[in-house]
Amino acid sequence: MALMKMKFDLKKRVKLAQFVWFMYWFSVMAGVLVLSMGLFFKIELRKRSELMDNNESHFLPNLLILVGLLACGINAFGGKVCYDSLDPTKFAKWKPMLKPFLMACVGFNVLLFLTALLCFLMRIPLQFTLAEGLKNGMKFYKDTDTPGRCYMKRTLDLMQMEFRCCGNNNYRDWFEIQWVSNRYLDFSAKSVKDRIGSNVDGQYLMDGVPFSCCNPSSPRPCIQGQMTNNTAHYSYDHYTEELNVWKQGCREALLSYYGGLMNTIGALVLLVAVMIGLQYVNTSQSTLANPEDPESESEGWILEKTMKETFTDLMATMKSMGKGNQVQEGGAEVATVS
Amino acid sequence: MVVMKMKFPFQKRVKLAQGLWLLSWLATVAGALTFTLGCILKTELRRRAEVMDNTEIHAVPNTLMIVGLASLGINYFAGRICQDALDATRFPRWKNVLKPYYGAACFFTALMLLAVIMSYAMKGNLEASLKIGLKNGIRFYKDTDTPGRCFQKQTIDRLQMDFQCCGNTDFKDWFEVQWISNRYLDFSSKEVKDRVKSNVDGRYLVDGVPFSCCNPSSPRPCIQYQLTNDTAHYNYEHRTEELNIYVRGCREALVNYYMGLMNTIGIGVLSVFMLQSSVLVSLRLLQTSMEAVVGQENVEVETEGYLLEKSVKETVMEYVDPVLKFLMLNQVADGEAAPSAPKGA
Repeated sequence: MALMKMKFDLKKRVKLAQFVWFMYWFSVMAGVLVLSMGLFFKIELRKRSELMDNNESHFLPNLLILVGLLACGINAFGGKVCYDSLDPTKFAKWKPMLKPFLMACVGFNVLLFLTALLCFLMRIPLQFTLAEGLKNGMKFYKDTDTPGRCYMKRTLDLMQMEFRCCGNNNYRDWFEIQWVSNRYLDFSAKSVKDRIGSNVDGQYLMDGVPFSCCNPSSPRPCIQGQMTNNTAHYSYDHYTEELNVWKQGCREALLSYYGGLMNTIGALVLLVAVMIGLQYVNTSQSTLANPEDPESESEGWILEKTMKETFTDLMATMKSMGKGNQVQEGGAEVATVS
Repeated sequence: MVVMKMKFPFQKRVKLAQGLWLLSWLATVAGALTFTLGCILKTELRRRAEVMDNTEIHAVPNTLMIVGLASLGINYFAGRICQDALDATRFPRWKNVLKPYYGAACFFTALMLLAVIMSYAMKGNLEASLKIGLKNGIRFYKDTDTPGRCFQKQTIDRLQMDFQCCGNTDFKDWFEVQWISNRYLDFSSKEVKDRVKSNVDGRYLVDGVPFSCCNPSSPRPCIQYQLTNDTAHYNYEHRTEELNIYVRGCREALVNYYMGLMNTIGIGVLSVFMLQSSVLVSLRLLQTSMEAVVGQENVEVETEGYLLEKSVKETVMEYVDPVLKFLMLNQVADGEAAPSAPKGA
């Protein structure tokens, strides 16, 4: 007994073929969309590659680009087959290729589901990459004279302004590193000597942050230096002051940005996968329904036997492939013994 | 003397009609494009409306939007007319509509050109508006507690960061204004009292700028305060220091931005203008060549098409004469009445 058997007369066949052709072209558009989203994601990762650990994996955007291209190709081919399916002479040349094509569609669908799953899971390795990358970035903030790192200050400043964040986890990360270069420190001054003497590594640490941490929404001019000293500024209490600098850490901000991007892409890929799955259903019905005589009524189905029978058939085929070798060996043994 | 007389055999007429139909569809799309460009310009002007004193510059995008919508209608009708043009039975029904149609079409096409000219002519207007708007913005920077002005600080800060500029003409504008609110000044300290006494208006003036003037490309952490005092900072000389803060003024930055935008839009609108003019000229030629066919038995005869029946001067006089006559009639009537009055007296 076939799975989902339906009767088709000429009119119904034509309508089905038109519908499936239209769906195939829609899926080509969706494939192009997935391709462009993969490209966009790749560009976004490259833009901030300085802030990631330099070994960020481009696996996911590359996979998206590949999947997008494959989707375009497979769906364009399917559309061509569908277009020819109503003409028996043209359709005859496609008939032998049909079964492997439908198998390929199923395989491609599985690949799409896997890609969507990967999109949702990629957040976790990204978190670790960002943590390392940002920590290093902040360390090299002052090295504007070292080749290879001279743009780190600008990158970090622009990133903090764009994403409205400060430091790695929060603004206090800036208190723990020296972000003012030695070139601009007067080592003959007492205050400088005191600060450097006050810690083991001889670093000039201060309770201040760079200007890019400042929040424009603050009602008062930005307080960047001596942030923990309430007496240094009039009417200032650093425990209750909220709008002065950005409160969010940059790791969290970047993670939510990339996470949101990947969620969107994952949802889109899932949608494309569902659409292609539907098409597989339609194509099986549409193409298997075509008999030699165009005008007569025909039957269409998705699978020739029921799911259980198809599965047992598949297993039997695989077993017979394995047994074939054994029988031969057994025969050879018998021959040698006798 | 006829303007632009051309001979049109039947095949050429057919080709003209087909070409015109295609051109009219292209021009419809171009009209929609003009409308979109007008909307874009208006949106961009509105985004920074808080630093502009008046909205006179909005005349340019408004004109573009009107012209875009009008050209959609004009080109749609051009398409319909040329579809009917080759059919001698359907063509006569357009007869009465054509003269006002041409009048309206020429008016809106001229308006397109006017919009482009306006965008260049109003540069001075825009600059003056920005000058006053920015001056007020800088003056009210500190008033974050005054309703109606509490977002000036945020607006100016974001403007300076986005356009990479500082102050009105340059960064020294911040030295002349008190941009730190009195709420955050300790009036019991000597330093504050000295500064407030040092000028006539009793304002707290500093030689410093807000953080939004800082340039991220500077190799050293930003120096905002005591900008003119070389000894206050190690290894610093304010005359040679270039990258510390943005040196460009915001007025110049905004004018450059908007003029660049209007230049780009102007090029697009000029090409739309060329397209629209060619549509109108082709339509007129088609109309005049088809008019000669009406009433003839053989539809495929060769005819002549022209732009204007008389020369340009005569056509203009033809339109202007009725208006003049109306005016002159009044004058003649007065002249006749005047001599009769003294006679009577």
